[in-house]
Amino acid sequence: MATTIAPVTARPPSPTRKTRPDLKDRRRQRWGWLFVAPFAVVFLAFLILPLLYAFQMSLMTSTLATGTNFVWFDNYAKAFTDPIFLGGLLRVGRFALIMIPAQMLVALAAALVLDNLSTWASKFSRLLIFVPYAIPVVIGALMWGFLYSPRFGPAGDLFGLLGLDSPDFLAQSSIFASLVNIVTWQWAGYYMIIIYAALRGIDPGIYEAAVLDGASSLQIALRVKVPMIASSMVMVLIFALIGTLQFFTEPQVLRAVAQGAIPVSYTPNMYAYSLAFSYSQFNYASAISFALGIVVFIGSYFFLFLTRKQSGLK
Amino acid sequence: MALVTSTPAAPDGDVRRTRAVRAGRTGGRRIGSHIFLLVLVIYFITPLWWLTVASTKDTAGLFTGSGGPLWFDDSFSLFDNIAGLFQHQDGIYWRWLGNSFLYAISGGVGATILSVLAGYGFAKYRFRGRNAFFALLLGAVMVPMTALVIPTFVLLSEIGLINTIWAVILPSLLSPFGVYLMRVYTQEAIADELLDAARVDGAGELRTFFQVSLPLLRPAIVTVLLLSVVGTWNNFFLPLAVLSDPLLLPVTVGLNNWQALSNAGAGGEQVWNLIVTGAFISILPLIIAFLSLQKYWQGGLSLGSLK
Repeated sequence: MATTIAPVTARPPSPTRKTRPDLKDRRRQRWGWLFVAPFAVVFLAFLILPLLYAFQMSLMTSTLATGTNFVWFDNYAKAFTDPIFLGGLLRVGRFALIMIPAQMLVALAAALVLDNLSTWASKFSRLLIFVPYAIPVVIGALMWGFLYSPRFGPAGDLFGLLGLDSPDFLAQSSIFASLVNIVTWQWAGYYMIIIYAALRGIDPGIYEAAVLDGASSLQIALRVKVPMIASSMVMVLIFALIGTLQFFTEPQVLRAVAQGAIPVSYTPNMYAYSLAFSYSQFNYASAISFALGIVVFIGSYFFLFLTRKQSGLK
Repeated sequence: MALVTSTPAAPDGDVRRTRAVRAGRTGGRRIGSHIFLLVLVIYFITPLWWLTVASTKDTAGLFTGSGGPLWFDDSFSLFDNIAGLFQHQDGIYWRWLGNSFLYAISGGVGATILSVLAGYGFAKYRFRGRNAFFALLLGAVMVPMTALVIPTFVLLSEIGLINTIWAVILPSLLSPFGVYLMRVYTQEAIADELLDAARVDGAGELRTFFQVSLPLLRPAIVTVLLLSVVGTWNNFFLPLAVLSDPLLLPVTVGLNNWQALSNAGAGGEQVWNLIVTGAFISILPLIIAFLSLQKYWQGGLSLGSLK
C-alpha cells in the first residue's frame, strides 16, 4: 500500500549507517536475501506465477472444434461488453456504496462511544461486538440464512409481537439488504477494534485544549478525534473496498436458501467460479478474474489517491 | 509511527483514568452510551445466541420448538446431536474439523514463519533489490486473493496437486500483509544499535535473529499468527475450488455442502440439527483463542494503521 511506504522510507538513517559501508558490511546485507528468500519463493509460486499464467490464459480461447488459439485481448473485449459481468460489477459497486458506509458508521460510532467509557460493561461490550470476526464467513452466512428463513427464524415471532407480518428476507427485493446486514454484522466489530486502537493512540492532552475552548464531547469526537484517526479510517476503507469488490462467500452460501433470488452470476467472482467449474471455460474465467483484479487494484489506488489528504500521506 | 509501538500494555493506566475522570461525563450521558452499547451487543450477539440455543434442539424442535427460535426447547438434544455427528456419514464431520485444524495451523504457522523472516529481512538489511521487491509486495496486498483462485487451480492441477491437502496449505503460506506488518513492527521494535552490539559481541546473524530479535517481536508474531490462522480457517473459495474429495474438505465447505443438500434434498438428506450443532462446535475453537489471547491482538490489530 502506498499509504504505508511513506513512514517506512521517511525514517531517518541511524547513526551506525553513516559509517562507510565496508566490504564486511556489504556482505552482511546479503543476509537480507536469505531471510526474505522463503517468502520470495511462495510469492513467486503462488502470486506472480498464477497471475502471469492467468494473464496468458486470458489471451487465448479454447474450443473443441478449433483447439487453443491466441486471440490477444478478445476475452477482455468480451468481458467488458458482457452484460452479466458488467451487471455483477455494478452490483458489487452498489454493495460498496451501501455496505462500506454502513460498516464504517457502526464501527466508528461504537469505537467513539467505547473510547469515552472505561467501565467493565464497556470492556465486555467491546469483546462481544468483536466476536463475529472470529466466526468463519460461511458459518456466519449459514446462521443468518437460518435466521432469515421463515421456517426456522425468529422474525415471524418478533414481527408478530408488533402485530405485523414478517417480511421475506430472502425474496428478490430484499436480498440486497439482507446481504448488507450479514457483512456489517461480520466485519463491523473488526473495524471497530482497529479504529478503537487508533483512538487510544491519540495523546489525551489534545482534548484538554478543545475542552478549554468550550468544545462539547460530540464536537471533540467529530472535529478532533475523527480527523486524527483518518489514516486508520482509510486503511479500514481499503480493506472493506477490496473485500466488497470480491464479494463471493455470503451470496454463494445464501444461494441455497434464497431460491431464485441470487443467480449464479450475482457477483463477478461468482460468475468466474461458475464459468470455470460449471462450464469449464477456464480462459474466459481467467479473463474475468483478471479484469476484476484490475478493477479492484485501480479502484483501491484511485481511492488512496482521493484520500491522500485525509490520510496525511502524499 | 507512534502507534506501532503502542503495544497493548503501554498506554493504559493513569493517563486513561484521568482522561475518563476529566471528561466528566454526566450520569445521563453515560446511561445513553451504555444503552447504545447494549443495543449493539444485542445485535451482534443474537445470531450466536440463536445458534447456541438451536444446537440443543432436534430437527423437529428447530421447526416447531415449544420455546420459539430464541429459547430452549422442552427436550435437550445437544448430546444426541453430537452423537449424530459421529454417526452421520461415518462421522465425517470430525474429519472436516480435523482438516480445518490441519489447514489453519499448518498454513497459519507457515505463513507466520515466512512473514517474520521476510519482515525482518526487509527491515534490518539493505540488500540489493529490497525496495523494488517491497514495492511489489505492497502492490500485492491489493491484489484480490480470490482473483488468484482460478489460476492457482489450473496451475496446481497441471502439477497434479489438485485434490490434495497441499492445494490448500501451500497457497495459504502467502501473506503479503503479514510481511508488511512484521516489517513495520520490526523497524520500530528493534534498534539497529542493539543488533550491532550483538554482532560486536561475536554473535552471528542467525544467532542475533533468534536470541536478540525474536523475543522482542512476540506481540507482532502473535497478531500475525492469529490473522493468518483465522484467514486460513475462514477460507472458503480456495478449498471449494481445489478440493472435491469429501474426506479432505474443511468444516466450512463441508457444512455448506450439507446445507445445500438439505435444502434441495428429500427427508433423509435433511440434517438441519447436525448442521446447526456442527456450526456451533466449529466456532468454539476460534472464539476461545480470541478470548484467551486478547491482550495480544487488541493492540496488534492496529499495527497496520500508521499516522
